[in-house]
Amino acid sequence: MAGIVRLWKKFPSKYGKAGIIVLVLALAVVMPWITSKYNVRILTLAMAWAIAALSLNLILGYTGQASLAHGALMGIGAYAFGIFAERVGLNFWLALPIACLVTAFIGLLIGLPSLRTKGPYFAIVTLCFNVIVYKVFENWQWLSGGIQGQVVPQPSFLQQRWARYYFVLGCLLLTLIVMHFIVKSLLGLTFMSIRSNENLAEATGINTFRNKLLSFVVSCFFVGLAGSMLAIENGQLDPTITIHLNSFYILIFLLIGGAATLSGPLVGAIGLYWLLDYMKKIGIKGIEEFRYLFFGLILIIVIIYMPRGLVGGLKQLWEWMKSRLKRRKIGEVPE
Amino acid sequence: MTTLLRVEGLTRLFGGLVAVNKVDFDVEEGKIIAIIGPNGAGKSTLFNLIGGTISPSSGKVFFAGNDITGWKPYSIARAGIARTFQTTALFEELPVYVNLVIGHRMRTRSGLWDVILHTPRQKREKNETTAKVLEVLEFTELGEYINAPAGSIPQEAQKRLAIGVALMGNPRLLLLDEPTGGVGMGETDNIIALIDRIRAKGVTVCVIEHKMRMIMSLADRIVALNFGVKIAEGDPQRVCDDPAVIEAYLGECIA
Repeated sequence: MAGIVRLWKKFPSKYGKAGIIVLVLALAVVMPWITSKYNVRILTLAMAWAIAALSLNLILGYTGQASLAHGALMGIGAYAFGIFAERVGLNFWLALPIACLVTAFIGLLIGLPSLRTKGPYFAIVTLCFNVIVYKVFENWQWLSGGIQGQVVPQPSFLQQRWARYYFVLGCLLLTLIVMHFIVKSLLGLTFMSIRSNENLAEATGINTFRNKLLSFVVSCFFVGLAGSMLAIENGQLDPTITIHLNSFYILIFLLIGGAATLSGPLVGAIGLYWLLDYMKKIGIKGIEEFRYLFFGLILIIVIIYMPRGLVGGLKQLWEWMKSRLKRRKIGEVPE
Repeated sequence: MTTLLRVEGLTRLFGGLVAVNKVDFDVEEGKIIAIIGPNGAGKSTLFNLIGGTISPSSGKVFFAGNDITGWKPYSIARAGIARTFQTTALFEELPVYVNLVIGHRMRTRSGLWDVILHTPRQKREKNETTAKVLEVLEFTELGEYINAPAGSIPQEAQKRLAIGVALMGNPRLLLLDEPTGGVGMGETDNIIALIDRIRAKGVTVCVIEHKMRMIMSLADRIVALNFGVKIAEGDPQRVCDDPAVIEAYLGECIA
């Protein structure tokens, strides 16, 4: 018992953090063997959304620019993969990076004009781009395949449900590692300086436009990866994948999970995606759409009481408990 | 003595208002120049024009022989002009040492590929930055706040940190906009001592200030502005005795 208490006190240290990572990773690895096939599929999709939330986190959470074009860019990534793999007939390992690069390139084209604007104007401009992209995909039958959609081939090694699960898990880990390196680097601090005070960053010798563009393009590369993952898991595509509602889903996953943290987007995307699906299942016939009511309620509560998201809120709670414990130890009376 | 900064006929209009009107002056290397004037005289606008935040309607700015008129703020900063702002500008939610690291960023080059490939360049630049941060922390005497968020430290320390961020890029010219503004009389000594140390290092300083006692002891030369026009220039005592300056500060009836 004393041992457990001692361990608990050490909990937030580096050692504790590594422990949590190992535990979550082990759980993720054994998941396909301990849960139903249906849950494996939901988790695979949720992890693809988590990659999208992590990519938005780079441009919104760390660089402070609220992009609402990420839904469209995710759709572009998905379609680019589908078109290159099916119609062009490229090898899977070639089609995947090309899809991400195409998304990054379209991101560059969107970012060049829209990053000239700041704050809410950037959000509005990118939202407009999202609507444009959606309308193009909806009406340009040759590109999108119209309502029939676009078939996405699954390579032989991804025929199994669990194989796709592990593949998406691998991509998610890759995204996390790259984001971790960026955030810890001088480049990451440069992004954060723009979020914190753009005028000061500019006066300190930082080319803020170039850095914002770089952050946006890297973010688009990864949201393209997320789109490709969704395409592979679903096996087919239709124009609704580019809809602006998806931008808001990514945004909500990120904000509820906690922006500017690496675990926040994971918790937000996987938790909420699962919750939304669960609410669909328990819905009584006829009032299924009420789940959005609950969803909205959760959103309002989290944003009012935990402005830094679930992960940020938990961190705050932990700091508060620690300071309380410390005060009690010193002998002060806690108010 | 060489001229480091030369301002020639600098003018800026805001609509019909002439905020800065045909101002000329030179800043010699290694000196401390003070810019004084009543509120609304155009002092901060002058700094914004030199720093590139706003572009002049007419006139030119030369720095170390180059025409820097119309350059972007980041290019001017890289050329060697660092500045602080009147309302203390810091990366408030980031720790003090991160503020300093960002100040040195323009002297490092590692980008996305260095991050992904973990190049030796990135490692070397991180070490360089760390060394510079420790140096500036000691120079500005901010060691005790190293891990605190910049917005949470005392006002006077924030002023010193803003100067520290400006010093991180090894500037040749430092523009200080009211370095003791909003700081109590008893606390200004730290900042004055810091400006003295900066001069001793050979950095040229151009300072906007209201506290005349401080100016008189610190400045080598004073430029006085009123309604955007230069009304006097010269060594401190002469400018202080100038009737035009006294009139600008105290009004006609007393002068």
